[in-house]
Amino acid sequence: MTAVGSAAPSMDRVDDDENGKSAFGFWVFLMSDAALFAVLFATYAVMMRGTGSGPGPAEAIGLKYAFPETLVLLTSTLTMGFAAMALHADARRSLVVWLGATLVLGAVFLALEAAEFHGMAAKGDTPQVSGFLSGFFALVGAHGLHVTAGMVWGLAMLVQGATSDLSAPVRSRLGRFALYWHFLDLIWVGIFSIVYLRGTLG
Amino acid sequence: MWGRLSADALPVYSIVAAAAAGIAVLGVLAVIVLLTVTHRWTWLWREWLTSLNHRRIGIMYVIVALVMLLRAFIEALLIRVQQAIAYDSGGFLPTEHFAQLFTTHGSIMIFFVLMPFLTGMINVVLPLQIGARDLAFPWLNAIGLWLTTAGAALVMTSLVLGRFSTGGWSGYPNYTGAIVSPGVGPDYWIWALTLAGIGSTVAGINFIATIWKLRAPGMTLMRMPLFCWTALCTSLLIVFAFPALTVATSLLWLDRTFGFHFFTQTDGGNMMQFVNLFWLWGHPEVYILILPAFGAFSEVIATFSQKKVFGYASLVFATMAIGVLSFTVWLHHFFTMGASPNVNAFFGIMTMVIAVPTGVKVYDWLFTLYRGRLRFDTPMLYAIGFLVTFVIGGVTGVLLAIPPVDYTVHNSVFLIAHFHNMLIPGSLFGMFAAFNFWFPKAVGFRLDDAWGRRGFWFWLTGFYAAFMPLYLLGMMGMSRRLERYSHPGWQPWLVLAAFGVVLIAAGVVCQVIQLYVSWRDREALRDATGDPWDGRALEWSVASPPPEWNFAVRPRVRSRDAFHESKVEGLAYPDPGRDAYRDIFVPRNSGLAVAIGWAAYVLAFAAVWRIGWLAALGLAASVLLVIWRSFQTGTTERIPAQTLYDYDRGRREALMRLVPGGEIMHGAAASGARP
Ligand code: HEM
Ligand SMILES: [Cu+2]
Repeated sequence: MTAVGSAAPSMDRVDDDENGKSAFGFWVFLMSDAALFAVLFATYAVMMRGTGSGPGPAEAIGLKYAFPETLVLLTSTLTMGFAAMALHADARRSLVVWLGATLVLGAVFLALEAAEFHGMAAKGDTPQVSGFLSGFFALVGAHGLHVTAGMVWGLAMLVQGATSDLSAPVRSRLGRFALYWHFLDLIWVGIFSIVYLRGTLG
Repeated sequence: MWGRLSADALPVYSIVAAAAAGIAVLGVLAVIVLLTVTHRWTWLWREWLTSLNHRRIGIMYVIVALVMLLRAFIEALLIRVQQAIAYDSGGFLPTEHFAQLFTTHGSIMIFFVLMPFLTGMINVVLPLQIGARDLAFPWLNAIGLWLTTAGAALVMTSLVLGRFSTGGWSGYPNYTGAIVSPGVGPDYWIWALTLAGIGSTVAGINFIATIWKLRAPGMTLMRMPLFCWTALCTSLLIVFAFPALTVATSLLWLDRTFGFHFFTQTDGGNMMQFVNLFWLWGHPEVYILILPAFGAFSEVIATFSQKKVFGYASLVFATMAIGVLSFTVWLHHFFTMGASPNVNAFFGIMTMVIAVPTGVKVYDWLFTLYRGRLRFDTPMLYAIGFLVTFVIGGVTGVLLAIPPVDYTVHNSVFLIAHFHNMLIPGSLFGMFAAFNFWFPKAVGFRLDDAWGRRGFWFWLTGFYAAFMPLYLLGMMGMSRRLERYSHPGWQPWLVLAAFGVVLIAAGVVCQVIQLYVSWRDREALRDATGDPWDGRALEWSVASPPPEWNFAVRPRVRSRDAFHESKVEGLAYPDPGRDAYRDIFVPRNSGLAVAIGWAAYVLAFAAVWRIGWLAALGLAASVLLVIWRSFQTGTTERIPAQTLYDYDRGRREALMRLVPGGEIMHGAAASGARP
């Protein structure tokens, strides 16, 4: 028996993404990103006590925007799912439509978040007021930045979905984009429960 | 228009700083002139800067590490000279400049010497050891390199424009906060670390995906060479630990730039949170630095003992155990900062527990040496020097893990001695061993052994002379980061420590000479067979340097030490037959990664100096370049099967000529190469 032989030719396909290395690598990235959010959540929990002379969670945080924000983002996860199904079915038209709808919802989410932040600032609740508000804006803002990055990526994918031949790399990228979008939704659920629900209810 | 940037940024505050700036500028100019005179620009761009090949990227990482090592070492020399003469006097360095020096020395050694060094070695070696043609994501690999380089360039820029942080490598607020340090220093520190951190994360993801997805058929996890295991563990630590650093530095930046209150003294800020976040990354980081060196030592000790490594499975499990435990000890960096005795006790015990798997490793290496047929080439010398010295550092570490002991020597130079005692033998020597060991594979010729040994002996003796006195000084109460003192009893020991650094400097000179001599004698030192050490893992089965595709036909692995086993069986270089060859694809060069590195540099530079429009420009450029890449098609190049076949046949014929009798048996290839 030899220790090093030669692989059968059929095993010899490492140059394309058939073994799913891109999806796998992206999962690893998401794990790292999840760790980043875990650290931000922990920091927020620590900062919650640091209200200084500013308002506490119950006064500063409300559901007025957060609730519609949640609805919009959850819906966008649904439309993203439809886009992925359209991709599987090779239905370019509906792919473009659903992807477009996802991005519109993403834009609405960002607009709502901007209005929320703006409203808070108008009340004087800026991140410069206290450690707690710093923690709030950093955590929620980090998610918002992720969504913004997702919008840029999504627009590029919209163009590629509409104009290219849906080649394997484009498909793989669309798959990863969908994963990213769902991931952001998951993070939002955490933010909604830990920051908003806990903040307003308890 | 130019934010905080003005003529005041020039380093006229200290002669030494001005000289350093001059040397940096002249150095860059010299390289530019040299490249222009020798008409090497196109060559540099085509062959190196735009290359996506793992071996070339690895070599570039190592070059960055070596250049930065030189700078950080000179800084250590200055610190040592200052402390040797500064008894009851100001020495030759202004206080503020001294503080910059220990900050840059520490930050550079960690982020721009050891990190790129180990990333570079993993780059060169990992794909070859697991029988892969490249890393999983070659373009991303280049991004990692150029972001790290951008970070290094930012630190170099701080020599010329503005000042670096004076807050130490750990950058604790309140000291690095906007009120105490309003200048650009901490911002330089923040952004250099951020760029390097992103670069490392990208590299870590890449290594994990490569190990998980691109192992050759038959290369099960438990057949992987130990260096691959340590690369895997280090990468996992990178991926999970670096986010904590990113958060810590980003929040500090928000505090400084926009008046947030994370780590301020007032308005609900919480400085301890920075310390927690920093060490939540910082302790895993020391294992990130050390594990790849452990992997390299395992390969080196087995190869130069000419037997298989003792306790392979226990080494694997010890590696993984260290990886997990490294997240549970961070509090030992601040036993003195007010945690309750129970908390301190818990973290003290965890810290002792982590010494157990490390001890297991030491015994495994000793048993590997035991009854081996030892050969003392330069890599092996570093391995043995490591084993002896590292144990001392480990013992002092266990001492420090006892909270009451830590209370007495906390923040003293005892600690400086301890962690240099871990990181110089444990990590830097590991990288030197790896460098000497794999240099022929990466470049095609061996390094001169005589100068290598001289370098080793100077480094080893210099290390003892430079750092053993610090244990004593620490117990005599000398705190770290002192730029002057009035205690006469300390001076003799500090002079001895300075003498040690002079010895190390002689070692560095030997290493530079070694590189020059090896390059001059490269024909005589050429590694014709690709197996200069009678190696054990797959990287030695291919030519030195390997072709762009590494393996024309991927090997099928049937055991650990796969190449060694096949040599024993006389089947080291099998002919798979023409039908086994298929067309393959290798990545085409891309200048986009270099451009992204530059864009990130511009963004960071502008953020440091608060030049809004320039920062926006840098950010937009980075984003657009990434999008551009995703629209590119034809990023790979086909290499026809016939080319591969002809190459392999040529190599087999050359090997037949090199090895008498035409039969390639155990060790024969090696003895053919080593007269
Ligand atoms: C090459 C030989 C080296 C010498 C001679 C040397 C010397 C020194 C000296 C004199 C100091 C200042 C001690 C003090 O605060 O009083 C120092 C600090 C430090 N060194 Fe080294 N060092 C060397 C290598 C390394 C390496 C390989 C690392 C890698 C991690 C490293 C990391 C650090 C760090 C993190 C600090 C603390 C900086 C701070 O106080 O913030 N050094 N070193
Ligand atoms: Cu530690």
